[in-house]
Amino acid sequence: MSATAPLHLAAEIGGPPRYDPGHYTGLARLAEHGALDFVTLGDSFARPGPDALAVLSRVAPATGRIGLVPTVTTTHTEPFHVSSAVATLDWVSRGRAGWYVDVSTTGAEARLFGRRPAATADELWREAGESADVGARLWDSWEDDAEIRDVATGRFIDRDKLHYVDFEGAAFSVRGPAIVPRPPQGHPVTVVDGTSGPARETAARHADVVLVRATAPEQAAAARTDLRRRAAAYGRDPDTLRVLVALTVDLGDAETAPEPGLESGPPLAADGSYYRGGPVDLAELITRWHRGGAADGFHLTPITPGRDLERIVNGTVALLQHRSLFRTFYPGGTLREHLGLARPANRYAPEGGRA
Amino acid sequence: MSTAPRQMHLAAHFPGVNNTTVWADPRSRSQIDFSSFEHLARAAERGTFDFFFLAEGLRLREHNGRIHDLDVVGRPESLTVLAALAAVTDRLGLAATVNTTFNEPYELARRLATLDHLSEGRAAWNVVTSSDAFTGENFRRGGYLDRADRYTRAAEFVATARELWDAWTPDGTPRPFRHQGQHFAIEGEFTVPRSPQGHPVVIQAGDSPEGREFAASTADVVFTRHGTLEEGRAFYADVKARLARYGREPDELKIMPGVTFVLGDSDADAQERAAGIRLQQVSPQNALLALEQVWGRDLSSYDPDGPLPEIDPDPESSLVQGRVRHGDPFAVAARWRALSEEKGLSIRQTVIETTGRQSFIGSPRTVAERLTEFVAAGAADGFILVPHLTPGGLDDFVDLVVPLLRERGVFRSAYTGPTLRSHLGLAEPVWKG
Ligand SMILES: Cc1cc2nc3c(=O)[nH]c(=O)nc-3n(C[C@H](O)[C@H](O)[C@H](O)COP(=O)(O)O)c2cc1C
Repeated sequence: MSATAPLHLAAEIGGPPRYDPGHYTGLARLAEHGALDFVTLGDSFARPGPDALAVLSRVAPATGRIGLVPTVTTTHTEPFHVSSAVATLDWVSRGRAGWYVDVSTTGAEARLFGRRPAATADELWREAGESADVGARLWDSWEDDAEIRDVATGRFIDRDKLHYVDFEGAAFSVRGPAIVPRPPQGHPVTVVDGTSGPARETAARHADVVLVRATAPEQAAAARTDLRRRAAAYGRDPDTLRVLVALTVDLGDAETAPEPGLESGPPLAADGSYYRGGPVDLAELITRWHRGGAADGFHLTPITPGRDLERIVNGTVALLQHRSLFRTFYPGGTLREHLGLARPANRYAPEGGRA
Repeated sequence: MSTAPRQMHLAAHFPGVNNTTVWADPRSRSQIDFSSFEHLARAAERGTFDFFFLAEGLRLREHNGRIHDLDVVGRPESLTVLAALAAVTDRLGLAATVNTTFNEPYELARRLATLDHLSEGRAAWNVVTSSDAFTGENFRRGGYLDRADRYTRAAEFVATARELWDAWTPDGTPRPFRHQGQHFAIEGEFTVPRSPQGHPVVIQAGDSPEGREFAASTADVVFTRHGTLEEGRAFYADVKARLARYGREPDELKIMPGVTFVLGDSDADAQERAAGIRLQQVSPQNALLALEQVWGRDLSSYDPDGPLPEIDPDPESSLVQGRVRHGDPFAVAARWRALSEEKGLSIRQTVIETTGRQSFIGSPRTVAERLTEFVAAGAADGFILVPHLTPGGLDDFVDLVVPLLRERGVFRSAYTGPTLRSHLGLAEPVWKG
């Protein structure tokens, strides 16, 4: 990776459960003020909180450019519904949607649905891969120019441009086509945390953005190389993958605290990397890792969203912008454009349709 | 002594995926862009409507084994659109149609409660029960539900959702829930506190005796197709009479037929416009399609401007998929033939005469009068208006008819409360701990 490759930044806006839309709108606007690529909003059936996709749909009209990426779990939700909801988020946000794929591994979550027992992470991530696969097929099941409104023949659509997907997976089958026309981005952006074993394979195969938790740049670089190699093995161009280092950040009370916990202290989150320090040091760390080719960017999870996001945007991001390491405005309108990812060709269209 | 006239409720139905919606008109815009939803919702809110309504279909309609291509096709997913509309409206109720066969109570109750929070008390759920195997092909469990079970599952589904909406105490303490029933055996913790309306408003659409009973037992609003005065009164009396069995008062369930309308400068002008719209709605191709839907046969070789076929309908036909077939095909065919012979009508003219005539046609004054009459006569508590144009089809109604309804004192001039329940005059459900 060349040292001048664009830096990508994203932030999580979830935290202690909140149900008022103003809270989320405020945080998303703050992130948009910093020209971040996207915000994520975590979600799980296992803890209190609202439905994240709905929250970010509520945020969409109140923002203009920032990407909106809710967690959507695939274990207990119908793949057809997942695909429709994410496509709809892309329509209401005019091309700014993604989804952060996750699975529900616990027995407690399984009992909320009563349909199946808990399964292993291996099995659930394979199924998540199938969900992502059928979801993308459904997005392609309408060619971009399927709607013709041809008064002479009385036809609203050219039905030859709508396609059955006839997907047969290990756990489900879907006939198609989608009920929602192909979304503005073609495929909304698929995000997967590829840190752990079973998720990494699904990430390499289906994700546009992969998050990896790493405590050192070498570790991040190794994960990135591994993901790119695996993606290539699936016939993908590795340059269509963005690998972001996932950091939990605690910007504390000091302007520049002298405790970069990441490289010195032990990580606080059991499965992740934890940064504690000031916004300026965080900018230094991001610069160093990115220049060294360890990652395409960072996904930051503030420990206290209200306080830390403000410091990230007005401290860390402002400094990166001042050093010309990060965009100061959005040249593009869609999340794919922010990420430098092309609009995917349509697998069902004769020549891939409109790219 | 004068008593206040009965108040009417109004809702706006986003134009659907059938031939009521005229897409060939130059004023017709996207059925999928958010701007269209925003336009119609803002118009409805300007008119102080009770709610905005989205229908649902989980599989694209088919005709003769191929995707139906003559009407508008494709729409976004309802709950996600409504969450976005909550950002651009303040008071308007937001109603989503969501099927109980192809969803699970925990997840749907959570999505609805979330919408109620995000809209500060404006969410509604139109419970539908379609359970056909054709739609089931898009889902894990396929078309596993017997038609006879559609309402037992729906009733248990809604009851379970209400348990979940009551899972947190009114003061915000989460408590575990447990439901053991024929269709669902679930337990755990709900992730969303009791929402601003207590429970989102529940709407029912479905006309069978089971459907009516289900509405009487648990719904707040019934969405019906009975849009004529006589049919409306019969339906209204039937459904309201069922309420007592559940210890409910007549006012606790609002009956709202889905109706169409055409406005003109005068009644004669409106009639002329209505005829023009019918011609747009029943294109030559759509006329043959309507005929095939009754006959259940491929009639593509017939001339839409020629006479009706002499062959009889096929009662066992599976030509039409993804749409309910109405009535006995032989009886319908006999009626259509008689009309065609009597008046010398072509296929297209017969279809225009027999299907989908607009419910209310006239000058704004006439339409306001007739709507008021319906409510006064006990044929409806209000109306779900279905415009024929996206997205501007409600504008004239809001600008020209609503002021007259307000003048007559039958419709609010301003919202008096913040929630959809307050617009509908419905009490918050008692919390059942
Ligand atoms: C006015 C009206 C509107 C309806 N809208 C929908 C809809 O949007 N989506 C759907 O799947 N079913 C819809 N239905 C179908 C019914 O909800 C119901 O599931 C079906 O008619 C079977 O029930 P029934 O036998 O009681 O009529 C509608 C029915 C009526 C009467």
